[in-house]
Amino acid sequence: MRDPIFPHCHLLGIEGLSPLEINRLLDLSDPYVEQNRGPDKASESLKGRTVVNLFFENSTRTRTSFELAALRLGANVINMQIGSSSVSKGETLIDTAVTLNAMHPDVLVVRHPQSGAVKLLSEKVNCAVVNGGDGSHEHPTQALLDALTIRRRRNKIEGLKVAICGDVAHSRVARSNFYLLLTLGAEVRVIAPRTLIPSELARLGVQTFTDMREGLKDCDIVMMLRVQNERMTGSFIPSVREYFRFFGLDREKLALAKPDALIMHPGPMNRGVEIDSDVADDFERSVIREQVELGVAVRMAILELLANNLSAKRADTDGVK
Amino acid sequence: MTGDQPVKTAFTGARLLDPASGLDEIGDILSDGEKIAAVGPNLFDGSPPSDATVVDVSGLCAAPGLVDMRVQIREPGEEHKESLRSAGEAAVAGGVTSMVCLPNTDPVLDDEATLEFVARRARLHALTKVYAYGAATKGLKGEELAELGLLADAGALGFTDGTVGIADAQVMRRVLAYAATFNLMVVQHPEDSSLAGNGVMNGGETATRLGLSGIPREAEIIMLERDMRLVEMTGGRYHAAHISTADSVEIIAQAKQKGLQVTCDTAPFYSALNELSVGDYRSFAKLSPPLRSEEDRQAIVEGLKSGVIDVIASDHSPQDQDSKRLPFAQAAYGGSGLETLLAVSLELVHNQDLPLLDVLAKLTSIPAKLLGLDAGQLRKDSPADLVFFDPGIGWKVIGDNFRSKSKNTPFDGRPVQGKVIRTVIDGRTVFDAMTNADPA
Repeated sequence: MRDPIFPHCHLLGIEGLSPLEINRLLDLSDPYVEQNRGPDKASESLKGRTVVNLFFENSTRTRTSFELAALRLGANVINMQIGSSSVSKGETLIDTAVTLNAMHPDVLVVRHPQSGAVKLLSEKVNCAVVNGGDGSHEHPTQALLDALTIRRRRNKIEGLKVAICGDVAHSRVARSNFYLLLTLGAEVRVIAPRTLIPSELARLGVQTFTDMREGLKDCDIVMMLRVQNERMTGSFIPSVREYFRFFGLDREKLALAKPDALIMHPGPMNRGVEIDSDVADDFERSVIREQVELGVAVRMAILELLANNLSAKRADTDGVK
Repeated sequence: MTGDQPVKTAFTGARLLDPASGLDEIGDILSDGEKIAAVGPNLFDGSPPSDATVVDVSGLCAAPGLVDMRVQIREPGEEHKESLRSAGEAAVAGGVTSMVCLPNTDPVLDDEATLEFVARRARLHALTKVYAYGAATKGLKGEELAELGLLADAGALGFTDGTVGIADAQVMRRVLAYAATFNLMVVQHPEDSSLAGNGVMNGGETATRLGLSGIPREAEIIMLERDMRLVEMTGGRYHAAHISTADSVEIIAQAKQKGLQVTCDTAPFYSALNELSVGDYRSFAKLSPPLRSEEDRQAIVEGLKSGVIDVIASDHSPQDQDSKRLPFAQAAYGGSGLETLLAVSLELVHNQDLPLLDVLAKLTSIPAKLLGLDAGQLRKDSPADLVFFDPGIGWKVIGDNFRSKSKNTPFDGRPVQGKVIRTVIDGRTVFDAMTNADPA
């Protein structure tokens, strides 16, 4: 039977999900956090199912997290890392999708450097598709693991002041987090240099700040974004040291947030660029490692849910025949 | 191709619409050979000449065949996307009897030989009259002047670098100055490429939401403002293609007020659609310039109403499936436009923005005049290029049914009103919706 609250077969993004659906995904993730901390991490719920990690962009963390999640559920996993050179030929995407689909996978986890590519691919296959990050668009599992981390630490998301700092223009993590946090009733602030704030951002419902000190004031959560090195060479930002001066998180700036404000980062961190090591490694404030930990639980819940919804859907269609 | 058709045809009982003269009444048209022999109310007094074939077109509108001043035909070079034959079939189904193609073929139309190749192929294979612009610069590279004089001699109706704006101000200045010698216009794609950068849709909320890089409106505005200065400096003739922003309309209006030789067109895409058409990464709505905001769309309609925008052109840009079935940023630009040109333009009439004759003028007599073509008029001795249409018939745009090889229409699924029933070129019927087949 399909999940009554989250009946979808794909997770392509957070935009459009209801608070009920988001909370359902978080509720399903919680028990896996405990299971992963225990000695017996294995379950059999996806035994016999095939999960394919299809990555058109380099990734270690996300891919490993999905792989581990699938293995712990007893699924068979294959990893396909497709070089960015063959991606530029474009047609590869749909060809690859159709080819893979013919081998009857149950879940495809897809990462692609182009916004919208995962949705396009999902239209060409009849298995479940999880967006593992598409271009500058969405990275839904990251937002869900961020939300789970916050919820477990603060017992709520509604009403919290969350500052998201850094390269918002090119960040899929930022977009997924905007949609999720706003949907669950948080107040979202963006702190970034003007060159990294996309146009009409305010219309998404977030407040924008170019002064980090002002933006961090009274925040409950400080979420730092990675700044890609190629954006730092004078194209968007004059230099690394200038960026760190104005937008890097250090003790002094952090002091403006609430005294118990949590520090988050989707990783991998550029120490000394967007975040000072001193702050990143502060075990009382920084939940960066916890984010990684909870990522596996969130992905287990999602893989299991989508695979079950897919089975139910396939059973329905067979019934119709 | 239709040599067995009679020399004389009497079209009876149509609503005659001639934007050039303002004629709008029920009447008849007699074509003799390739020309219109007579046109007017009650021409035959009930009995058409006995040697003429009588075609009863009562209840239909009769207008000069449409003159489409911006069409991309992919022949030579990419015939799998569109050939002169398939473009011609699409054109006549859309009521277009004359079209001007851009030089962005492969090879580029930047010398006499390629221009003549297209003219010859068009005579052999295209149902419509096909004209061409010559390249403004060699290879459309925006660096050196193409042989504008030789191209003009070979029949080029103007000069343009097609879908690329001429970025270098010095080059643009010289193109304008040199082209003025032949009194031919320079057609600019007004877009500053450095500002457009790697953008793929209008810069704004939708682009931000979808995580796509935006092309700011200013890319068009800045280019137009610069060009107006160059036109003033050189005294050249300038035509801005497919303008898409409110400020563009304002800039052109001011230039006209100053007395500069400046004209412009827009495409139905920009009067009927806005950036929301991109929706969830619909690559069929990836156009150049990009679909803009609703405010800009409304300003384009206002520009059409006030007359600042002289012409409506289809901006036909055929693309095959492989070029469009890609992640949005990698998909090709452009929309198929010939077969929806009239119907979507008629929305301006149905929405009571413009009177029918004004819309038809922008599709016929005005572009013909700008291009120096003997076309776009319903009068004695004009070529018998005619379109008969029913402005009331509703239909749904379905790209898969297009005669064009390319089905990439951003209007896919859109209900429209107004259907071409018959298209006549040089006195011969080349499209007849009733038999649903063209005689070719």
